[in-house]
Amino acid sequence: MGFDEQKVRGGGWPRPVIPRIGARLSYALHSVLAANPLYRRLGAWLERRQRVYRWFTRAERVAKEQLYGCRMCGQCALPDTGYTCPMTCPKQLRNGPCGGVAASGHCEVHPDLICVWVTAIERAQDAGHGADLDLLQRPVDHRAWDRSSWVNYWQGRDDGLGVAPSADDPRPLLRRELGLSPR
Amino acid sequence: MSAEPSGGGLRAAFAAGRFAVTAEIGPPRGADAEAVTRKAELLRGWVDAANITDNQGANARMSSLAGSLIAQRAGVEPVMQLTCRDRNRLALQSDLLAAGALGIPNVLLLTGDHPRFGDHPEAKPVFDLDGVQLVWTARTLRDDGVLISGKAVSPRPSWLIGTVENPFAPPLGFRARRLAKKVAAGAEFVQTQYVFDIDVFERWMAGLRDLGVTEHCKIIAGVGPIRSLRALEFMRTSVPGVHVPDLVDRRLRGVPADRVAEEGIQLCVETVQRLTTIPDVAGVHLMALGYEHGVPDILRRAGVPRPPAVLSDHNRHHSMEGIGHAR
Repeated sequence: MGFDEQKVRGGGWPRPVIPRIGARLSYALHSVLAANPLYRRLGAWLERRQRVYRWFTRAERVAKEQLYGCRMCGQCALPDTGYTCPMTCPKQLRNGPCGGVAASGHCEVHPDLICVWVTAIERAQDAGHGADLDLLQRPVDHRAWDRSSWVNYWQGRDDGLGVAPSADDPRPLLRRELGLSPR
Repeated sequence: MSAEPSGGGLRAAFAAGRFAVTAEIGPPRGADAEAVTRKAELLRGWVDAANITDNQGANARMSSLAGSLIAQRAGVEPVMQLTCRDRNRLALQSDLLAAGALGIPNVLLLTGDHPRFGDHPEAKPVFDLDGVQLVWTARTLRDDGVLISGKAVSPRPSWLIGTVENPFAPPLGFRARRLAKKVAAGAEFVQTQYVFDIDVFERWMAGLRDLGVTEHCKIIAGVGPIRSLRALEFMRTSVPGVHVPDLVDRRLRGVPADRVAEEGIQLCVETVQRLTTIPDVAGVHLMALGYEHGVPDILRRAGVPRPPAVLSDHNRHHSMEGIGHAR
C-alpha cells in the first residue's frame, strides 16, 4: 500500500507556500529586525537563557510559519528570495528553480501548487530586489534546524550565507577569482 | 586502464572548436555489465562521449560510477551523471573523488528528479546540496583542492565539470541567469533539456550571450527522436520539464501511423541541422533511449561529422570502415 500525494494531503514532502505578506512590507519589516550591536547582545543573552530562548524561538516560528510557511531551517534565506521560503520547495533548492517546473509555472512534485521559485523571482523582481537572486547560496548547515534564525543572524552566523557578487565587475557572477567556496 | 583518446573526447572537441556529440547510456536494472557494453558498442566511434545516467527518472539502476567504468572499457568516453537526490554531501564528494581516481574524464552534476516519479516514491529524498552547490563543491574540490569541510584533497581529480539546464521551464526570463549562476559556481559545459522549440532556445542563447556565459561554458543542445504517438504522449505528460510545442504535436499526428517513427527521426535530424547553424552551440546531446542503434543514422542524415578515430584498441578499427561520412 502507499499514499497518493495528490489525494492524501498533509505530511510528506515540503509544499510550496505563497507568502501571506507582500514582499515590500517584508523588506520594510527587515529594517526593524536588521542586525545591530543591541540585537547582537540580545541574541547572546537569549542563548544563555534556555527557557527564554525556547519562547523566543517559538514566537519566531509561529510568526514566520503564518507569514511565509517557515520550516525553521535556522538559516533564513528570505531576504535573498523576495521573502519567499525556498525550504518549502520539495527539493529545498536554495539557488533557484529546478528544471521540472511545468509550462504553467506549477511544481513538478505538487502539480496543484505554483513553484515557490516562480513566486520568489516574481516577488524579488517586482520589489526591485532581482539582483539578490544571483547570489550563490551556500549549503544548509543541518545543525541549525529548529533554532532561531533571528538569533543566528544577529550573531553573525549567516554572514556569507549568500555570496555577494563584487561591485566593480559588470558581470560579477562570472568572476572565478573570487575564491568562492561553498563552506 | 583504457588509454585516453588523443583527438576525440569532449575536452578535445571543445579545445578544437569541433561540433561535439554526446549520447546517453542508461545502466540496466540488473547486475549486467554486458547491457552497458552493448549500448556503448553501438555508440563507439560516433560520439565524443556518452552520459551514464544516475538512477534515471528516480528508478533504481546499476550505479553511474560502475556504468561509466564499463563504458570506458568498451571504448566510449563516459560523462558520469551525479544527482543530489540520493546522496548527502559526504557521498557526493566521495563519488567525485572515485570518478577522479578511476580516470573518468567528465562529470555531469544535477539536482535530479524527485523520487515521486520513480519506482521508489516512498524513498527519502536527500537534496542535501542543490545542483548549483554541487557544481560549486566540485569546482573547489578540483581547483582549490578542498572538501566542503575545508580539509585538503590530494591528489586532486581532473574531470571536466558539466551541468544541465532547461531553457523551456518557467520562469523563462530567469533560465539564462540560472545557468550563469552554475557557470559562476564552476560549470564548464551544459547539456540542455530536449530542444523542440527552437525559438525559445534561441532567445535563451541570446540571454546567455548577454550575460557572457557562452565565453565560459560550452552549450550542448539536447535532442532526441520521438518515434511513436505513445512516446509523444509520454513526453508531453510524464517527463517533468519537457516542452513539446503544438507544431511538433501536429506534425507527428499528421502522418499515417506507420510513418510516425520516420517522421520523428526526420524532425530530430532537422532540429540537429538547425542547431548547428546557431552561434555558440558547441554540440548536441542525443537522447535516444532504447534507440542507441539509430544514433549513427540520425547523425549521418544531419550531416554531423564523426569524431576523429581515437580507439586505442587496434583490432577495433575495422568496424569504422565502410561507414559513410557526412560533410
